[in-house]
Amino acid sequence: MLRTLILRVENRPGALARITGLFSARGINIESLTVARTEDPTLSHMTIVVDLDDVALEKLVKLLDRLVDVVTVTVVDTREAVERELLLLKVRQEPGQKLELLKEAELFRARVVDVAPHSYVLEVTGDEDKLEAFIRVFEKYGILEVVRSGKVALARG
Amino acid sequence: MKMKGTEIFVECLRREGVDVVFGHPGGAILPIYDQLYDAEIRHILMRHEQAAAHAADGYARASGRVGVAMATSGPGATNLVTGIASAFMDSVPMVVFTGQVPSTLIGTDAFQEADVVGITRPCTKHNYLVLRTEDLARTIREAFYLARMGRPGPVLVDLPKDIQLSECEFDYPREVHLRGYRPVLEGDREAIRQAAVAIVEAERPVIYAGGGVIASEGAEELRRLAEMGRIPVATTLMGLGGFPTEHPLSLGMLGMHGSWYANTAISRCDLLIALGVRFDDRVTGKLSEFAPTARKIHVDIDPAEINKNVRVDIPIVGDVRRVLSVLNAEVEGLLGAPPAAAWAQKRQRWLAQIAEWKRTYPFRYEYDDRVIKPQWVIEEIARITQGEAILTTDVGQHQMWAAQYYRFKHPRTWITSGGLGAMGFGLPAAIGAWFARQDRPVIAICGDGSFQMTMQELAVVAEHRIPVKVVILNNFFLGMVRQWQQIFYNGRYAASDLRVSPDYAKIAEAYGLRGHTVRRPEELVGLLEETLLASEPVILDVQVAAEENVYPMVPPGAAITEMILGPLETTAVADSKESIA
Ligand SMILES: Cc1ncc(C[n+]2csc(CCOP(=O)(O)OP(=O)(O)O)c2C)c(N)n1
Repeated sequence: MLRTLILRVENRPGALARITGLFSARGINIESLTVARTEDPTLSHMTIVVDLDDVALEKLVKLLDRLVDVVTVTVVDTREAVERELLLLKVRQEPGQKLELLKEAELFRARVVDVAPHSYVLEVTGDEDKLEAFIRVFEKYGILEVVRSGKVALARG
Repeated sequence: MKMKGTEIFVECLRREGVDVVFGHPGGAILPIYDQLYDAEIRHILMRHEQAAAHAADGYARASGRVGVAMATSGPGATNLVTGIASAFMDSVPMVVFTGQVPSTLIGTDAFQEADVVGITRPCTKHNYLVLRTEDLARTIREAFYLARMGRPGPVLVDLPKDIQLSECEFDYPREVHLRGYRPVLEGDREAIRQAAVAIVEAERPVIYAGGGVIASEGAEELRRLAEMGRIPVATTLMGLGGFPTEHPLSLGMLGMHGSWYANTAISRCDLLIALGVRFDDRVTGKLSEFAPTARKIHVDIDPAEINKNVRVDIPIVGDVRRVLSVLNAEVEGLLGAPPAAAWAQKRQRWLAQIAEWKRTYPFRYEYDDRVIKPQWVIEEIARITQGEAILTTDVGQHQMWAAQYYRFKHPRTWITSGGLGAMGFGLPAAIGAWFARQDRPVIAICGDGSFQMTMQELAVVAEHRIPVKVVILNNFFLGMVRQWQQIFYNGRYAASDLRVSPDYAKIAEAYGLRGHTVRRPEELVGLLEETLLASEPVILDVQVAAEENVYPMVPPGAAITEMILGPLETTAVADSKESIA
């Protein structure tokens, strides 16, 4: 089951390696990972998505918490956290489909960020469900490439 | 006041109370060595960096203080890794300093450059690459703090050469602020109360005590709990010395080569009190059959150890000694002092059963008057030293026999590479232990295979006339490997034969040390007594029965009750099957 971890981490060289090392040493794949500075420049905020059961997750969280560079670690679900991901999608643009395509993009509040003779690049943000739906809708036009930023999550309240 | 990096280094070590460091020099750390030349801190030149790390480990374990090792960049640092990994597995407080190429050259494949923080990241509690001299004092302060606080462990500090040489204002931080590191030392009161009730109510409790008892200086409290609660105590390999072997409540060591009665008691108990242990596979065997019917209390300083291998009923995160002192007060409160006769009666059956097991199935071996049995050597060492010596070991059969047959009396007198099982640990660890404590004799019990991995350290013994005694249980085999090959690989002794071996007495002589060879049983006692009572270093090559095995033995992955027994034990068990049933 996909689980989301939020970490506050010392913004120092080696911190990320130490964290990802815990995963790789145990053969745990990271589904997504984002890191960036926070309002406090000495702290980084990390959002990590992993596919783990409860028991394995509990062990992992304790190991993360044990690291000197990890200040806090929490497991969150969608009720407890706002989750967003940015997606860029390059889609084929055939003559005659343009209007329809733009209308559908509008429904997702997606923006066109690049226009080429035969393709558009669309940008959209949202949670997991929205991005999945977005991809499904645009499949019919012919998707050339998709990149996702990985999820960022922030605890509510 | 402005100070050079190297001056800051020495000043910080002085303030941390460091009296001795173990190391080996080289280009990238020469500025520090030059500074040490005039310093009061003693530097012991080990002949290999692995030995420097093991010596710092032995020093730390014998004294309870932080051990310090240092080496140059590149090969010096990579040579340290085995010793660091061993200390990490056994939670030994250590600070390791490595020289590094100048910070301007890092990442250029400079001469003797290695990514040491990268290499040691998974085997240190924490590590640092210092990139500004301004950070040096704080980093060293944090390193010592982290090494000893909470669950102890090795911390490495990598020091680029230019950082050692440049100057800055010296400011030694009075306090350490690490917002990501807040170990919990005091156990949760409610959980401790529950544990006390469980202990009083249990009919067949067993204590399973490990290295955490020793690291937390908790042996006294452990003894109080055992005696007050009338609870038998099994110790892990790391816990030996935490409870006296000759105590009536002692079950000796449990696990793969544990006593029959310890493993059996664990399997039958209704309450398992796990203190400073990590449910290692060499202890538990098949997990589903480890103390299957027992409620489990687990006290450990490291939350990550709780529920790691075994689900427990009452987890208590905290320092073992501190938790025990609260727990003991709770138990005493519940029992009343002295405990009611009716309650004492309740334990009687279990203790009687255990006493009978101990009588019927002790560790045993067949004495032989034609060939020296290794177990006998250890028994004699125990007799001569009366359990007052510090023992270090290498890894293999001799290590297990020492664990089984020595009569431990005190914590911090048993120093062995438990978790990593690094051959070659014994001699350098003995050197470190002697620098830590000169009030006890130090004996390294070595295997002939293991000894050959670090025997160059005899030079250090000779240089400082360190009166350690090295007893090599020489079976001309990589004995433990041979034993596995005999039992699990149809006796095919692939690459475990050491028949071509040096004459260890002559090796001792080559270093200017006394060495003796013991070949016949009738020579043993005299030479052993002479060796152990000598005031100078002696190397004793004791040639023992070549194909002796360590029993009992739990095959890897089997339940701990599925012990392979030695010839004598098999008869004993058959004789009294009824009494167990
Ligand atoms: C550095 C290292 N290499 C390999 C091993 C695997 N190993 C475990 S015990 C052993 C044999 C040890 O032989 P010896 O030191 O002669 O002791 P004995 O078992 O004969 O008492 C070996 C090779 C190890 N533990 N450590």
